[in-house]
Amino acid sequence: MGEIKLMKGNEALAEAMIRAGCDAYFGYPITPQSEVLEYLSKDATQRTGMVVLQAESEVAAINMIYGAAGSGRRVMTTSSSPGISLMQEGLSYIASAELPCVLANVVRGGPGLGTIQPSQADYFQAVKGGGHGDYRLIVLAPSSVQEMVDFVRLSFDLAEKYRNPVMILADGAIGQMMEKVELFDQMPRKTEFPDWATTGKPKDKERRYITSLHIQPEKMEEINKHLQAKYKQIEDAEVRYEAFNLEDAEYILTGYGLGARICRKAMDILREKGYKVGLIRPITLFPFPKKVYESVAGKVKGILDVEMNAGQMVEDVKLSVCGKTRVEYYGRMGGMIPSPEEIVENFEKLFIKGEA
Amino acid sequence: MSNNIETAKFRPEICTDENLVYRKPSTLLPEPFHYCPGCGHSTVHKIFMEVIEEMGIENETIGVAPVGCSVFAYHYMGVDMQQAAHGRACAVATGIKRVQPDKYVFSYQGDGDLAAIGTGETIHAANRGENILVIFINNGIYGMTSGQMAPTTLEGMVSTTSPHGRDVKTQGYPLKISELLAPLPGVAYITRQSVHKPANVRKAKKALRQALEYQKKGLGFCLVEIVSNCPSNWRMTPAQANQYIEEKMLAFYKLGDIKVPEVK
Amino acid sequence: MTQEALFAGFGGQGVLSMGQILAYAGMIEGKEVCWMPSYGPEMRGGTANCITIVSDSSISSPIISMYDTVVALNQPSVDKFESRVKKGGNLIYDSANILNPPTRTDINIIPVQGSEEAIKLQNTKVLNMVMLGAFLKKTNCVAVENIHKALEKVFERYQKLIPLNIKALEVGMSYVK
Ligand SMILES: Cc1ncc(C[n+]2csc(CCOP(=O)(O)OP(=O)(O)O)c2C)c(N)n1
Ligand code: SF4
Repeated sequence: MGEIKLMKGNEALAEAMIRAGCDAYFGYPITPQSEVLEYLSKDATQRTGMVVLQAESEVAAINMIYGAAGSGRRVMTTSSSPGISLMQEGLSYIASAELPCVLANVVRGGPGLGTIQPSQADYFQAVKGGGHGDYRLIVLAPSSVQEMVDFVRLSFDLAEKYRNPVMILADGAIGQMMEKVELFDQMPRKTEFPDWATTGKPKDKERRYITSLHIQPEKMEEINKHLQAKYKQIEDAEVRYEAFNLEDAEYILTGYGLGARICRKAMDILREKGYKVGLIRPITLFPFPKKVYESVAGKVKGILDVEMNAGQMVEDVKLSVCGKTRVEYYGRMGGMIPSPEEIVENFEKLFIKGEA
Repeated sequence: MSNNIETAKFRPEICTDENLVYRKPSTLLPEPFHYCPGCGHSTVHKIFMEVIEEMGIENETIGVAPVGCSVFAYHYMGVDMQQAAHGRACAVATGIKRVQPDKYVFSYQGDGDLAAIGTGETIHAANRGENILVIFINNGIYGMTSGQMAPTTLEGMVSTTSPHGRDVKTQGYPLKISELLAPLPGVAYITRQSVHKPANVRKAKKALRQALEYQKKGLGFCLVEIVSNCPSNWRMTPAQANQYIEEKMLAFYKLGDIKVPEVK
Repeated sequence: MTQEALFAGFGGQGVLSMGQILAYAGMIEGKEVCWMPSYGPEMRGGTANCITIVSDSSISSPIISMYDTVVALNQPSVDKFESRVKKGGNLIYDSANILNPPTRTDINIIPVQGSEEAIKLQNTKVLNMVMLGAFLKKTNCVAVENIHKALEKVFERYQKLIPLNIKALEVGMSYVK
């Protein structure tokens, strides 16, 4: 068993980054994720020799990531909503140039400068490609401090396997709360770098270059087709989700991240009240676990999607069940968090009282 | 909530002009500051609003608030204001001034806002000679986000992202943005002031007024840097913080005019 | 067994750390724990609170609206959270610091002269430990020796403060029969 510690989500993420053999981190302070940079500033460089740099802005940070990722290194940045918005241009370039990297968005309430309280309002931005052009991020949604640790390593693996940026979509609460975590052992940093990385022209090989510019539309279409084929492959192979009590479920609650944990409590309360309620929690938001929703479509009486936003993932749930089951949404916005009791109340209002 | 402290009796008969020792400028809104005790932001807000009142220009002044501790400057300054994205105040001010060239336009920015994320906007507004006033609060730290290193953090100074003291080899040198901007031809007036002592407060107020006078004459970009403090994140009492300004900050950030217009 | 507790007071009264020490102790005891702070500008002088959950089984929602126990260190916290105690639950409050005591009759109301006791101990900072003592005695949610171990962890660099904190815990415990 690995080392057990009581840690804040943001600190656990930072610790996992060090242990995963990350070569470089570039970031800019923003609440509620500043602890990541602060934690790394303490002794990460002394421990593994990794680069830790406070950039002058998120625009700079994401472009530092571009450079270091293009050098074949394990690189990561973190920010929160307004900062992630500033990174979108850079992310689009990174996705197009197929550079592996990991970023975490510890989401706060928006739009605008908004609030620093937890939110899930950046789902569309993360999942549908927040920058310009047809691209996708692989998006993982942790719902515990333990997953802040586990998903860092997983994200690096996925990023490198598919040469694609991976986003950990957390929220302010998961970043700030403390839970018991089991840490994995320190992994060595890389000493060998992929062929495509710009590490200096090898003597007997062609020099390499990294670009996202392909003036000929024919060529650009080819690149797009290649990217789409890769996304298809990711959709086939990398779907992750958790499901509870689907066997006898007449109703389903669904949510991700923190929302899923609140739903779990709501499910328990509803079961005590005698309703047969199950829960689906997507772990990967892209690729979206369509099949599990398909499998309950037409069989359950209703699905209640719970989010800390105005209803974003609910669109993907609806697309997955294709009209075969009634899908409703309940949520809070702008940094407010729905309580389990609120979910229970709305579930009953929507499905039980409405039914009679 | 209740407290037991008896409120002092209000005695209207002593409220006469000859007894007046202090009056809040009418341009400062009746809203208690959220700034920490002893923070320079409060002093600068007050003297700048005094300048606006004395010049009688509250109806022709538009301000831009930054992202930083002074993000809520618009709650206190009784003039029309806009709140800008982090670092973009100079661009927002440019937008306002270009469409309302006969108005007084100012931005109020911290060192992170102006000299880190907003350096590009700052340099280009200055280089275009935008006829605006930039009030630049240099407290050597990120106050709002709780004490990370700023571009202006002194060498060796401890912050949450330079816990062993700023190491200039990996984290760069403290940035003298005023000196950096001064050579640009679009810049009319740059001065560095402080508000840690009464005499300095008076000088800073004069400089702010001077800058607005220049703006009226259309001389171009003016920046008043104010070396300030952050007792909370410097982890000092207000008195210690002002001592630190005197001993450490001013040794590096020298007070005085850095550029003045040739024709006055 | 699961204990869902809320600690609330002014920033600076040590409410976040009392929840944290409890979480540490729970972890040392091999339980599942979760500590969720209020964060942001509240930390500058205003009100602060944290939820600490200690459980024998895995913890679902870290955010809850009804608590088994509320520990309130000031009047606004009593006013705000009295209604959030589950029926039959506990409201422990600093009666030396409060003018309008709680009034519910369907919960256990436990006044503790916390501020008063802290002054007697000559360190107002230990108010939180006095209150935590009462909490522990009432809920039995972790063993006292594990709180001692947690204190050693939290006060790593200030070991000399530990005896006073332990004394404060004991004073708090004496308020609960
Ligand atoms: C795009 C973006 N990145 C980061 C932040 C977080 N942030 C808010 S204020 C601030 C720095 C404030 O420091 P400074 O400008 O020095 O002003 P002070 O608070 O010290 O007055 C940062 C990084 C943000 N709001 N938006
Ligand atoms: S944090 Fe610092 S800059 Fe901000 S209000 Fe407090 S003292 Fe002033």
